[in-house]
Amino acid sequence: MNKKTKKGLLDNFMTYGIVILAWVIVQVLIGTGNITNQMKGLLVPLCVYVILAVSLNLVVGISGELSLGHAGFMCVGAFAGAFFTKVSADTIPSLQVRFVIAILIGAVVAGVFGILIGIPVLRLRGDYLAIVTLAFGEIIKNILNIVYIGVDETGIKFALEKKSNLGLSESGQCIIEGAKGIAKTPKASTFTAGIILVLLTLFIVQNLIRSRSGRAIMAIRDNRIAAESIGLNITKYKLMAFSISAALAGVAGVLYAHNLASLAAEKFDYNMSILILVYVVLGGIGNISGSIIAAVVLTMLPELLRGLNDYRMLIYAIVLIVMMILNASPGAIAARERLMERFRKKKEAV
Amino acid sequence: MNMLEVKHLSIAFGGLKAVDDFTVEIEKGRLYGLIGPNGAGKTTVFNLLTGVYKPDSGKIILDGQDITGKSTIGINMAGIARTFQNIRLFRDLSVLDNVKAGLHNHYQYSTIEGILRLPRYFKMEKAMNERVMELLKVFDLESEYDTKASNLPYGKQRKLEIARAMATEPKLLLLDEPAAGMNPNETAELMETIRFVRDHFDMTILLIEHDMKLVSGICERLTVLNFGQVLTQGETSEVLNDRRVITAYLGE
Amino acid sequence: MSFLSCLISGISLGSVYAIIALGYTMVYGIAKMLNFAHGDIIMVGAFTAFTIVSSLGMPSMMGVLAAIILCTALGVTVERIAYKPLRGASSLAVLITAIGVSYFLQNVVLLIFGPNPKKFQSVVTLPGLKLAGGELSISAVTIVTVITCLLVMAVLTTFINRTKMGQAMLAVSEDRGAATLMGINVNGTIALTFAIGSALAAVAGVLYCSAYDTLTPYIGSMPGIKAFVAAVFGGIGSIPGAFIGGIVMGIIEQMTKKYISSQLADAIVFAVLIIVLLVRPTGLLGRKIHEKV
Repeated sequence: MNKKTKKGLLDNFMTYGIVILAWVIVQVLIGTGNITNQMKGLLVPLCVYVILAVSLNLVVGISGELSLGHAGFMCVGAFAGAFFTKVSADTIPSLQVRFVIAILIGAVVAGVFGILIGIPVLRLRGDYLAIVTLAFGEIIKNILNIVYIGVDETGIKFALEKKSNLGLSESGQCIIEGAKGIAKTPKASTFTAGIILVLLTLFIVQNLIRSRSGRAIMAIRDNRIAAESIGLNITKYKLMAFSISAALAGVAGVLYAHNLASLAAEKFDYNMSILILVYVVLGGIGNISGSIIAAVVLTMLPELLRGLNDYRMLIYAIVLIVMMILNASPGAIAARERLMERFRKKKEAV
Repeated sequence: MNMLEVKHLSIAFGGLKAVDDFTVEIEKGRLYGLIGPNGAGKTTVFNLLTGVYKPDSGKIILDGQDITGKSTIGINMAGIARTFQNIRLFRDLSVLDNVKAGLHNHYQYSTIEGILRLPRYFKMEKAMNERVMELLKVFDLESEYDTKASNLPYGKQRKLEIARAMATEPKLLLLDEPAAGMNPNETAELMETIRFVRDHFDMTILLIEHDMKLVSGICERLTVLNFGQVLTQGETSEVLNDRRVITAYLGE
Repeated sequence: MSFLSCLISGISLGSVYAIIALGYTMVYGIAKMLNFAHGDIIMVGAFTAFTIVSSLGMPSMMGVLAAIILCTALGVTVERIAYKPLRGASSLAVLITAIGVSYFLQNVVLLIFGPNPKKFQSVVTLPGLKLAGGELSISAVTIVTVITCLLVMAVLTTFINRTKMGQAMLAVSEDRGAATLMGINVNGTIALTFAIGSALAAVAGVLYCSAYDTLTPYIGSMPGIKAFVAAVFGGIGSIPGAFIGGIVMGIIEQMTKKYISSQLADAIVFAVLIIVLLVRPTGLLGRKIHEKV
């Protein structure tokens, strides 16, 4: 009994360990000046993608539902968080404090969206669920593209389509400007902040998986009918996984928003959702540390291939196809097993 | 006292009356068999009892409580647990976690307590582990607690399903063809286990089975279903010698 | 009158979606996979026609023919190299591979043609139709598109219902294992389905770009996604469903652009899909699947 719990704890600490180790290595590299500016620029996005991959794995791997709308929740979180840091600039002078509050706001708003979207969506199954999550993601993006929100003395104003519809006074400031999004977001995200949020995400997801609720979520994934027969509330636990995952995507969004000079909804289209899904699948569905590694490797890959210029995305595509075939095709799996078998026999012979 | 009373239960799919005016009374602590040829509606009766289907008419009373029309979850909480004809385990979870999932509604702590690892988490998890190991011992599965459910041999998978159902602390246990696919040795062992479960937990058990050796060996009373209707019911030995039952099984 | 012309442009766009959706739905029905690269086959088809007609100055029929041949070959090759090894693997693995194929095609075309948008010359050079004293004009592309769509639909339905190969397709989509046992060449049937789907994508690509004359390597993804939405809307796997879905999507899109907001057109198309699926979880004409307990 204790053996199992210990093994689980060890796995958990391994992932925390890897993340902390990565942080230390990067600090050393920065300290000794052994890091290119391009790499430096990738550090926060790496944390963003790791959080996204781990949180999406909660839905795809642990809850067993294919979601193609993760970028939508990230988008909502990013806008809610960045809006707050801009709007509260005068009331709360400390950027750090605003950033922390923005993260909480991003998480809550994205989480609420997760619940609202999850309630109808989770009634569907399989590919139908996938396409509807994609649809919701695109709707969020489209609507944010025409939303204008500004502030003046009279308070916060809201309009659609045109900036002039806001009717702001002279001293008013338009914060969310339709397709242009939010301009001049304060740069509050740092690599250290990113790492802390990654650790927090891991803490939440890993502890959830190894708790009563996590067990219920996985039981429902494995067999819905049996889960119902032992009294598990299907909707409740599917929704729980979906909304926690959405909230974490919102956190990633806030981190992302405060790393860029400007924030436009256009970025958060289904291609972004698919990108995150690629990390989850390549890292191994349901495998949390796999998600981390895949997100890091695949985010760095195009950068590492930068010397190849025009060919890098092509190579990325080929790597993706080849890895998928080697990883998942029944033929490749059988070949791998044969190889292992031969290896084992050789060992015995020695 | 009766643990289960079913009165005039009926359901039709399209025009077909799958179960028609099904009535049965099962005393507390009985080992009761539901038999009949293929397609007679036995599994449909189980699905009606567990709320998978809602009956068109009739009443289901469990331990004096009317549970007709309740949801599957509600019925499990009221005290009916079941196994499935085609095994339905949580295949990627360990044996331990399969049974632990069955304890879900009896050992509660909140999701927040679970994520933050508050004291109640450790207390409850420990209590759950102990309870599961007790159950696994009964089903001779304790050495495999860490095995993935899908890696268990067939016979043990059947046992694990019963263990999981028992974890929900039912008043009535429904077993849908527990011996299907088992060899004679495994069946004999299973009969022992079922009898033990009944005696040890003072459980009321209703089972569907085709294996006549098992039926005549452990069931005290039987109901025979044919074309959705009750053909006859009574003491096992009487029922099995009934001409109509033999005809129903073997044809005219 | 503007309502009518809007309706007609909706039907025209919808016909393109319908042609793509027919291919999508057939591939899905047989291979049970979301072929995210389907949209990029459309793009390849359009680029082929562009090269033949605009760059080489050959007649437009040659361009269409070349696009069909190349895309058919491409579809079969992609299936053989990327999807066939994954038969029996999880559907997610196939989905990711399809995404890889999509990136691959986009980037190959990007390398050959560069990132600058190309101006696509319509393959239909006939004059348009003027009705109601010139108030309502219908372009020749529109007419050709709608006629092509109807033709494709009729031919496909006949093919599937009347020919042995069509019946084999139905059998494979119903139960691949049983089809194998009945002596149907499953691999051949799947390859044939990809060939047909890709040929349709080529036709759709040429028509789409004839109506909206810009051409970039990324042009295929949005119509691809929308056609998939149309297929799901109509009930995926159903041929009449894909047709109806495509037309309805096209009309909704054009109507929204005209009467509500051009920026919200996609959002409303997706919203309609969501509503339809919530009311009928397997689409308009999709079959309901019961899980036996």
